[in-house]
Amino acid sequence: MYKYDDYDQQLVDERIEQFRDQVNRRLSGELSEEEFRPLRLMNGVYLQLHAYMLRVAIPYGTMNSAQMRQFAYIARNYDKGYGHFTTRQNIQFNWPKLVDLPDILTELSKVQMHAIQTSGNCIRNTTTDQYAGASFDELEDPRPWCEIIRQWSTMHPEFTYLPRKFKMAVTGAPNDRAAVAIHDIGLRIRRDEQGELGFEVMVGGGLGRTPMIGKTICEFLPKEDLLSYLEAILRVYNQFGRRDNKYKARIKILVHEIGAEKFAELVEKEWEEIRDSALHLPAEEIEEISAHFTPPPFDVLPALSSSFSEKVGQDEKFAYWVQNNVREHKQQGYAIVNISLKPIGGIPGDISHAQMDVVADLADQFSFGEIRSTHEQNLVLAHVKRDDLYAVWLKLDEYGLATPNSGLITDLIACPGLDYCALANSRSIPLAQRISERFGELDRQHEIGKVQVKISGCINACTHHHVGHIGILGVDKKGQEFYQITLGGRADENAKIGKIVGAGLSTDEVVDAVETLINTYLGLRESKEETFLDAFNRVGETPFKEALYGAR
Amino acid sequence: MTKQVITANRLDDGLAVFFDTHANWSASITEAAVVEKGEEADTLLATASNADNQLIVVGPYLIDVDQQGGKITPVRYREQIRTLGPSVRPDLGYQAK
Repeated sequence: MYKYDDYDQQLVDERIEQFRDQVNRRLSGELSEEEFRPLRLMNGVYLQLHAYMLRVAIPYGTMNSAQMRQFAYIARNYDKGYGHFTTRQNIQFNWPKLVDLPDILTELSKVQMHAIQTSGNCIRNTTTDQYAGASFDELEDPRPWCEIIRQWSTMHPEFTYLPRKFKMAVTGAPNDRAAVAIHDIGLRIRRDEQGELGFEVMVGGGLGRTPMIGKTICEFLPKEDLLSYLEAILRVYNQFGRRDNKYKARIKILVHEIGAEKFAELVEKEWEEIRDSALHLPAEEIEEISAHFTPPPFDVLPALSSSFSEKVGQDEKFAYWVQNNVREHKQQGYAIVNISLKPIGGIPGDISHAQMDVVADLADQFSFGEIRSTHEQNLVLAHVKRDDLYAVWLKLDEYGLATPNSGLITDLIACPGLDYCALANSRSIPLAQRISERFGELDRQHEIGKVQVKISGCINACTHHHVGHIGILGVDKKGQEFYQITLGGRADENAKIGKIVGAGLSTDEVVDAVETLINTYLGLRESKEETFLDAFNRVGETPFKEALYGAR
Repeated sequence: MTKQVITANRLDDGLAVFFDTHANWSASITEAAVVEKGEEADTLLATASNADNQLIVVGPYLIDVDQQGGKITPVRYREQIRTLGPSVRPDLGYQAK
């Protein structure tokens, strides 16, 4: 993991002292709310329905056990005993007091964390594959590149006031688990014909009220040119992105309006000017950053673990958890553990302080002290010996963290919605809970197989509902909550925006509607191997639409 | 006639508060000053938004309410949630007390 140097630490600490002073000046009246608001937002402090909310950046979703324990400490001492993992791999606290926030940021700084650039029209936390450095299908660990981007983009003086917020994602594997195509910039590590590794660069992806899939403007970018090329993109956006209309200010609108080809030309022209500047990345610098992400000291283990096989044979509950939540690891004898933050009927992404401490302990004991957060609002222990899986599972199960539903229908993604969020039009969590309960029985989930349900409480689409296999958008219709369903979206390497299937459904109707969709799929699939998405792609929307609206 | 009350978030802790009949900010909507939409409401909002109150709260605004007996209920669901707390966590917010 990357460790702060003195410069990083000083930068963060100075920023906290500035913020402390700003808070004091707001409280004394020296600063008006109008003056203070952008300052607090730059430090990740929002004002929501019930209280302030602090969003803490988890760089590319990688954290260590000390950082997780500090989240637990903050949840216990400054909040209401829990935190919420978001779809951008960050964590949010829902109840901090403004007067405590400088102290909270000080506590975070002690473990090399901060909330800078988690809000505002700037470059946000870069997200990536939660299995980075562990997955067998990876060409290269994407995290050193995320860290290089982090260092370049943190307080970049030219990009502090962009037309709108800016999000990047990187994948190092052909199986895209980072949803790169729906980011302002998506980077996909790939090989050229000579076998060299570099980046495919996609621009202009994004959801919200104008959902778009990113367009590739560079098929292969040499690694050493990454920062100069990103800077060129950001400069073109900063110059030509619209500032007259908030809803047309994202880069996707610019790329769409002038066309990807023209946009690429502008970037190319800008890039030629700066390609050989200080932004050129020397091999030594890349190596220096990469050294922070060398693989942990794995033991040499046999491919088969007899104690593991024995436990799988003896304990059915454990076997199901292994089947659903454990993934292959590239290192023989190791496995990737998905920790579900989706208990049946629970609140997606929420975790108590006690659970945070347990995850930290497990990471220390069994996974080299490292934890990942996922854009699907779960956690991952990336490097667990197969021999240790049973012990890990026992502890997770004791603390309600072993729901065996990774990738299944109850592993649904939901934003805080109108229960917390000042922007929301409708509630998301209660709907997620009801769907989870409706399909909670494990045999039924196995029968249904892999399917992603994503629920957003407003058109800002924090949960990426447009690219859910089943996407649900909550809207407000004359003071009543209504839900609009999209089908057939996907966020992977074949990313696609789903289709709106018909008129909005009431709160009373929507869970039944999801069940109708699932039953329709079960009735028409050709085999158990054909997933919901495969079946939808084969037959199209008509049978689903008819099942939902036919009788009306 | 539409009845309204003034709500805001308290500056120091961010909690939802309501402008009461003594020109103070209360955590309970039952103590809120209920006014007629229009001139009366606008006048009260001007008071609630003055320099002194800017040191106590953030962003005062008017909301429509139903008043029946002693009970004041916001019309919009969003505001009902603010008077209670998250509907999915009855142990948190004002509803927990």
